Amino acid sequence: MSKKPTKKEIQTTGHSWDGIEELNTPLPRWWLWTFYACIVWGVAYSIAMPAWPIFASGATPGLLGSSTRADVDKEIAKFAEMNKAIEEKLVATELTEISSDPELVTYVNNAGGAVFRTWCAQCHGSGAGGNKGFPSLIDSDWLHGGTIDQIYLDVQHGIRDPLDPDTNAAAQMPAHLDDELLEPAQIDEVVQYVRQISGQDADAELATAGAEVFAEWCVSCHGEDAKGMQEMGAPNLTDAIWLYGGDVDTLTTTIRHGRAGVMPSWSYGTTEGTSRLSEVQIRAVSAYVHSLGGGE
Amino acid sequence: MWDYIKLIALGLAAALAAYAASQARDLPYMVNMIEAMLAAVIAFIWILRTMGDPKPSKNEYCDGVIRAGVIATTFWGVVGFLVAVIIAFQLAFPQLNLEFGNGMLNFGRLRPLHTSAVIFAFGGNALIASAFYVVQRTSAARLFGGNSLGWFVFWGWQLIIVMAASSYLLGGSQGREYAEMNWHIDLWITVVWVAYLLAFLGTIFKRKEPHIYVANWFYLSFIVTIAMLHLVNNLAIPVSIFGSKSVQVMSGVQDAMTQWWYGHNAVGFFLTAGFLGMMYYFVPKQAERPVYSYKLSIVHFWALIFLYIWAGPHHLHYTALPDWASTLGMVMSVILWMPSWGGMINGLMTLSGAWDKLRTDPVIRMMVVSIGFYGMSTFEGPMMSIKAVNSLSHYTDWTIGHVHSGALGWNGMITFGMLYFLTPRLWGRSGLYSLKLVSWHFWLATIGIVLYASSMWVTGIMEGLMWREVDAQGFLVNAFADTVAAKMPMYVVRGCGGVLYLTGGIIMAYNLWATVAKQPKTAEASVAVPAE
Repeated sequence: MSKKPTKKEIQTTGHSWDGIEELNTPLPRWWLWTFYACIVWGVAYSIAMPAWPIFASGATPGLLGSSTRADVDKEIAKFAEMNKAIEEKLVATELTEISSDPELVTYVNNAGGAVFRTWCAQCHGSGAGGNKGFPSLIDSDWLHGGTIDQIYLDVQHGIRDPLDPDTNAAAQMPAHLDDELLEPAQIDEVVQYVRQISGQDADAELATAGAEVFAEWCVSCHGEDAKGMQEMGAPNLTDAIWLYGGDVDTLTTTIRHGRAGVMPSWSYGTTEGTSRLSEVQIRAVSAYVHSLGGGE
Repeated sequence: MWDYIKLIALGLAAALAAYAASQARDLPYMVNMIEAMLAAVIAFIWILRTMGDPKPSKNEYCDGVIRAGVIATTFWGVVGFLVAVIIAFQLAFPQLNLEFGNGMLNFGRLRPLHTSAVIFAFGGNALIASAFYVVQRTSAARLFGGNSLGWFVFWGWQLIIVMAASSYLLGGSQGREYAEMNWHIDLWITVVWVAYLLAFLGTIFKRKEPHIYVANWFYLSFIVTIAMLHLVNNLAIPVSIFGSKSVQVMSGVQDAMTQWWYGHNAVGFFLTAGFLGMMYYFVPKQAERPVYSYKLSIVHFWALIFLYIWAGPHHLHYTALPDWASTLGMVMSVILWMPSWGGMINGLMTLSGAWDKLRTDPVIRMMVVSIGFYGMSTFEGPMMSIKAVNSLSHYTDWTIGHVHSGALGWNGMITFGMLYFLTPRLWGRSGLYSLKLVSWHFWLATIGIVLYASSMWVTGIMEGLMWREVDAQGFLVNAFADTVAAKMPMYVVRGCGGVLYLTGGIIMAYNLWATVAKQPKTAEASVAVPAE
């Protein structure tokens, strides 16, 4: 700093543009040395790391031999090695026995949770609470069954997935109006009946007429008591849990145009021998979902 | 004679545009062609009606086009900030993607509208107007090509803005960030940009000063480099000459690299070099002090423009980009730190001996804060380009915060300073209508930026940490939706920052209007070119 000329010594360059002059101040030392230091570091770093392209033969690999791809592979391999034993154990264990092994419970919570948050949360919600058309997985109201074996089967092959021949081909809710099965008036009646048995406000007169329609058309899947049938994928209509909605408009739409929700098969691969999720992942996520609170 | 040639050209352009509109394969293209046709027809009528009018004096600076540029900058600034506030709140409250807009008012359509409005409409007009002002003043020469070329550049640029904006709303986009304009608009940009280069360079050639002033180096480097970036980044083959879709010439990682080579240098040259040109003229003028160091300006200029062009790969760390390109991008970005700061030092130290003006002159205060934000974001940028930092910051809101501390702080504030400087002088008024309102603008904008940047730092670092969090067995702990939910309060804070910034912009627009409308006239608006 002592060498820095005082203000009076600094002259302008003698140029003037529209009244603007320039001082001939030398480069600030700290600025210059920091700039030099960055350049020196830059050269050193580019020698240490892969940096300089060589025509037609890639680039200098760098003295440290660093590679981001190799780093990732190493990290993946580390965890794969670490989890190998527990994963083998998971595959060898009966699904129903998982919950009684604390080590496996921890693993399926971590691994199954991660699979769920990556692949399932988009439809079922990151807290598994469900969305319209996608059932909640944290209650004990199961469309297709809540035993771990059933959950495993449905994750493995999906529901009504046209690509997987082993899919859970649950019955579809028919489109009663589009397929000319029922008259609009009959649909209005059965809507009121469904509202009545689910404990909602309903027009008693229409509901009485709707009971007859229900007995003729609906009981084969939803059952005499309207409590649903899991083998048909038909929901219980007497509780307050609705997949699409229990209001008059939604019920009318459902009965008129039908419903056939699809869940993808997770063991199905686009080529022979491949799988969207591995056996370990499918087992882990099934056990995770089973453990969320509603598992049977 | 010249006028007749113009009339024939405009007539032909209108007819061709009308034909293209009639053959259009898609709506954005058709609307764009109708806009082009209308522009040609209006220009035709205007030339027809002014034929034979007395020509303006050749001894005066071409300031009419700069006055228009000041108005356009202010107008597009407010529009850009308004769209910004809307999309900021759309991110916080998705139901604001209003259904009756039929897709046109969705975030996806409004986002490029916002970025183009603030970068190209607000920033672009500020750069074109200030470049024309600075190059004439510091060369002591009338604009090359006179009013005709100047107005062509101005109205050509407005046409680009209108075409791009309407195209985005109708779903026309080539999906390249900050270069969403489709090929037919790109061609028109090229024409206007060459005209801009011609006007600027021609004026420098006929300058009366022996040397070229530093501001003009920066403006020229910006104009030349943007031309190169624009051409390479938009290399594409149209599917049909009557449709807006085109296929990019490059593909895969080469295409991504070209996109970010362009994207980063749109920041480096459009938003840095060009605006440094602005700073180098308006800061010494407003401070009435000589530029701090001529040497520093030379060294940092050449270092800056040499290094910036290599820094693009830092946008693609940890992607399909090879490691070597990543390393080079990072190294060049870090070395770029000091050359960037050279501009900050020169700007701030120009005030030495005039620091007391900070107390009395809110316009200087604006410029100083602008340079401060420039220094901060040009430190933050190299830091974020370091791979280890980038692995946390990449794809997070930290990047958004970084961009906005540069855009709102540096580009916005220096432009406001320039507008406050130019308006009284261009219209021959005694001074600004109200310095108090400038103070209000200053504080609203500054607090707005602080809210914006700090909320984005918080969400950026938070989501970066949430994304990478794994448990003891190596599994991800958080779902993506969890990070979105966690960011929500900070999104509201960011939106509020935007409201403050927008309010400041509206106050400025009023103040500038009142300066022209209510302040006494003290001089003729036209200014003679110095004789020698």
